Amino acid sequence: MKEIVVISGKGGTGKTSIATSFAVLGANDIVIADCDVDAADMHILLQPKNSISEDFISGELALIDQDACTQCGKCFDVCRFDAIDVNNGIHIVDELSCEGCGYCARVCPVEAITNIPQNIGQWHIAETRFNQPFVHAKLGIGADNSGKLVAHVKNKAKEVAKELNKSFIIVDGSPGVGCPVVSSLSGAHFVVLVTEPTVSGLHDLKRVYELVKKFHIKAGCIINKADLNKQKAEEILEFMKEEEIVHLANIPYDETFTEAMTDCKAIVEIEDSEVKHLIIDAWNKVKEINK
Amino acid sequence: MKIAIASGKGGTGKTTLSTNLSAYLAEKHKVVLVDLDVEEPNSGLFLKADLHYSEDKYKMIPEWNSTACTLCGNCQMVCNYHAVLRIMDDIMVFPELCHSCYACSELCPTNSLPMVAKKMGELKHFKTSNFDFIESRLVIGEEQAVPLIKQTQTYVDSKFSDDVIKIFDSPPGTSCPVIEATKDADFIILITEPTPFGFNDLKLAIETMKELKKEFAIVINRHGIGNDDVNNYCIENNIPIIAKIPNDKEIAKLYSKGELLYDKIPEVRIQLGSICSYILDIKEKI
Repeated sequence: MKEIVVISGKGGTGKTSIATSFAVLGANDIVIADCDVDAADMHILLQPKNSISEDFISGELALIDQDACTQCGKCFDVCRFDAIDVNNGIHIVDELSCEGCGYCARVCPVEAITNIPQNIGQWHIAETRFNQPFVHAKLGIGADNSGKLVAHVKNKAKEVAKELNKSFIIVDGSPGVGCPVVSSLSGAHFVVLVTEPTVSGLHDLKRVYELVKKFHIKAGCIINKADLNKQKAEEILEFMKEEEIVHLANIPYDETFTEAMTDCKAIVEIEDSEVKHLIIDAWNKVKEINK
Repeated sequence: MKIAIASGKGGTGKTTLSTNLSAYLAEKHKVVLVDLDVEEPNSGLFLKADLHYSEDKYKMIPEWNSTACTLCGNCQMVCNYHAVLRIMDDIMVFPELCHSCYACSELCPTNSLPMVAKKMGELKHFKTSNFDFIESRLVIGEEQAVPLIKQTQTYVDSKFSDDVIKIFDSPPGTSCPVIEATKDADFIILITEPTPFGFNDLKLAIETMKELKKEFAIVINRHGIGNDDVNNYCIENNIPIIAKIPNDKEIAKLYSKGELLYDKIPEVRIQLGSICSYILDIKEKI
């Protein structure tokens, strides 16, 4: 079983459209994991059914029992997150700032502080409209610990893939290079980088690839909107050559991308489009590399 | 006045709006643009600016000093992030998991885990011909953006007075980095595209801003693609749409080269004018 992670560094380059197309092409030999847990979109195209949902509990927040509190201020003194507000001498926890380290509870002389486990979102296991196993999640608003939810979604997908003996897990990742991305890369076998020939596309590709290298994972790259700026596209190709990144496809600027999404379809479901064949070729290359 | 530009979905035009709005506003007002998307800072790619000042930013992590350590294991017990582990006769620290809460260090009975500074990023302060620009960039491999965003805002607060218009280019998503980048803002602009993905993520972003009790308005980018869902939703829910930037391949081409639009595409200038008057009305009220 091989885990293929689709990421980009920069947002909006077409990660989810590509990952969903791979999912459709993978037919009955894959499990799909949407790991962009704080802005998940794959479900819009895959329209899951028979969904089973569960809360995800992770991390804690401090709560001060005002009946027990002597307002001594020790919690305020030790908190490094400015999460203890003092209003007219009353100490209360600012929930948005509290990172659940538990230090305050440990130093409270009257044990007035408890750490409350947090429900930070929900995860779901379902079937796509193509009857493929699909694990996805929704992080609670402003929640911490997105990396942990990503790891959870991936582990569930892995369990299902093993149980049903599937060859691939397709993982749709988050933009950026922070904790959810690190979490989605851990344990992956191959990375598909989706980029665009813009100054920011290349800049962000280089940063996210620096992270991929730390994990020693082999990568391939798709240049989306490749004809938008030929010079930038050349620069990306050069970068790929230097770094031995496999060139998977150049996809031209094509309104089919948005039209397919507007119809809630994967691009490869649009008949007779040039883009469809380019993505099929790219998927075949990914399969070949990860045989 | 602080204005954060956020989006939910990535790639909807946060940086395009932040840079062009800053340049436009700077024609008549004092402006500082702050790139708080520290994982992938892009605003600087679109600006001609000279470096004025730079500094490394650090987070504090514990470092084990074995001399006096009795291997009591208290550090491991008090760490809620599993960032400190006792393995056999060693204490191991995992800096990327550490939140710098100091509990292991200050509660160690033998002071064997002093806190030391570890570089997490760089802050750079630039000057363009008519406004200031500050960006911070996270060291690759460092997982937590929040401490760097926090320190960057502290720098901005110390250097610029209240009458300067501060534009925060925020990270995508709805999780902790976005909260940190927007929670001190007086007003939030949510930029989206009128597609099913844009709409879905906009609703998440709106939910986030309501949770934070923030005043916000919408800018629709790539207007003309997709469908009317975003527009209808905003009308039904009385959410102001303050500008619509057209879908135009010429804009995409200029963007790809790292060029600003406000002085080249007349329609963009008109839309920036509309955003600007909305912002200045709010500034009056504050």
